[in-house]
Amino acid sequence: MGVEFIYPEFEVIRNDERCIGCRVCERQCANEVHRYDVERGRMMSDETTCVNCQRCVSLCPTRALKIVKSDCTLRENANWQNDTIKEVYKQANSGGVLLSSMGNPKPMPVYWDKILINASQVTNPSIDPLREPMETKVFLGKKPEKITRDENGRLITDLPPHLELSMPVMFSAMSYGSISYNAHASLARAATKLGVYYNTGEGGLHEDFFKYGENTIVQVASGRFGVNEEYLSAGAAIEIKMGQGAKPGIGGHLPGMKINDEISKTRMIPKGTDAISPAPHHDIYSIEDLRQLVFSLKEATNWEKPVIVKIAAVHNVAAIASGVARSGADIIAIDGFRGGTGAAPTRIRDNVGIPIELALASVDARLRDEGIRNDVSVVVGGSVRSAADVVKAIALGADACYIATSALLALGCHLCRSCNTGKCNWGIATQRADLVKRLNPDIGYQRLVNLVTAWDHEIKEMMGGMGINSIEALRGNRLMLRGVGLTQKELDILGIQHAGE
Amino acid sequence: MKKVYVNEDWCLACHLCEYYCAAANSGATDMIKAFKSGKNPIPRIQVEEGSEVNFAVQCRHCDGKACVKGCIAGALSITPEGVVVCDENKCVGCGTCILSCPFGCIVIDEDNHRIAKCDLCTKNHDGEPACVQGCPNNAIVFEER
Repeated sequence: MGVEFIYPEFEVIRNDERCIGCRVCERQCANEVHRYDVERGRMMSDETTCVNCQRCVSLCPTRALKIVKSDCTLRENANWQNDTIKEVYKQANSGGVLLSSMGNPKPMPVYWDKILINASQVTNPSIDPLREPMETKVFLGKKPEKITRDENGRLITDLPPHLELSMPVMFSAMSYGSISYNAHASLARAATKLGVYYNTGEGGLHEDFFKYGENTIVQVASGRFGVNEEYLSAGAAIEIKMGQGAKPGIGGHLPGMKINDEISKTRMIPKGTDAISPAPHHDIYSIEDLRQLVFSLKEATNWEKPVIVKIAAVHNVAAIASGVARSGADIIAIDGFRGGTGAAPTRIRDNVGIPIELALASVDARLRDEGIRNDVSVVVGGSVRSAADVVKAIALGADACYIATSALLALGCHLCRSCNTGKCNWGIATQRADLVKRLNPDIGYQRLVNLVTAWDHEIKEMMGGMGINSIEALRGNRLMLRGVGLTQKELDILGIQHAGE
Repeated sequence: MKKVYVNEDWCLACHLCEYYCAAANSGATDMIKAFKSGKNPIPRIQVEEGSEVNFAVQCRHCDGKACVKGCIAGALSITPEGVVVCDENKCVGCGTCILSCPFGCIVIDEDNHRIAKCDLCTKNHDGEPACVQGCPNNAIVFEER
């Protein structure tokens, strides 16, 4: 064995006064950190493989465990930080591209936290959502430009297909393969119960979940996994994935070891083969090409489903969104650079893309300037963490938000950012049968319903505070927002004033 | 009558039910005391582990009641609600019930020379049995069927 350059990142602290040796930590750790030493009659640990997922901590019946960051660090260096040096060690060891999971953890600015929401005082009344009606229902899709009437003067009510959401939150795309069957089941059941939508991601739709089709958005990505007529018709809308916030400009790679019988069948690829999504769609090299796919999908589904085009927030996002709006898409989904992923090259995740707040503000402004804002609905994702983020997003111009990391947290994710290892101890980002079992959808779906219902209450509270009783009146209402600690340039892009102005 | 049922689809073989059961029946006020005071609390529920399927087994409070018929000391009886209970003052620890139980649900408490069996926590809890409360994945439920 050679010299190990990297000291374990975490330490398992076990309180022997409390530990009763029940071995639940040992049984529940897929990384095999804990073991029972029969000779000494006590639990031992080897933290080399610990990812700090907190499964053992959560299940320990006597709270005898805690996981702490190791204080064994390299010599302090503001330029060469510990993580940077360890990444060099890792690459010197493996010769490979570094892989990471979930969203960008770097201390980049979070604009949501620098935006404050208004409230009514004295001159305009606030509204109590518990006593007065409050509307959070949202329709997504192309809106008619003007009211038209037939020869008898009656309103023509034929509208392009729309999605009806009970509140402006949907579960964003996570494929079956990147997350488990039980995670998908939880999302599907929760979306149905809540009257919102979940998104299949690019991995196709398992046959068991066709029954939740009315609350499903089916995705068509560059790998085209599991795409057929039945699949396209099964959902309420079709999403073309052009990019993902966590890894703009690159495709995906689901390792062959995760392609079991069920996933192979759902994705329509041989068992055990790597599922590679190319970086581009090989039939899309222009807005015109995108338009062809949008209309092909509409044609294939009898013009009954709205088509969403999902793009990553990148430098020219406003111009790109303008092109997408002209491609015939009904909804544009924009994914910010803090969005999550099951696996992405670390350098891409941490350095590519732009914050969703800025992207949203500039897209909304651009579409308004060009007079095409009503042609599309705008859905944003990429680290929408709370009801406050949703309210701020709506006020910046979004029609609805996509949430995924928050949803996974509700299911038990502890953001250990090790999805790419396939050994998720919480049964979410894994295909190992014994681990998948750990997520009981009966519990999972209820927790998702609780989360989103709680957010709905909070959104109504905040709207009421502003004296607004309909989400429509909040959309694009940037006067309700003020920035703190932002430069004039940032305020200009966000289209908001500084606090105090 | 509400009984404890297992759903093997969700059993993770974490064995937490055994520890919650043993602690609840130990008479100690918390789990650390139950296991750290030198005694060896006996669980009345046991997880059967297989390569793919696991499930917890405890007294089914079944209709057969072979244990009650076979009890040589008259220690086992059925409450009006249908719970099979053991009078620990009468039990002589002969093990006849253990041999006659078709489910293998009764265990011997070596320290006390008598049997230990599930009484649905009627003596310990006023709500759900301890195993049900302690199960992290709803694999054990307490319900009417």
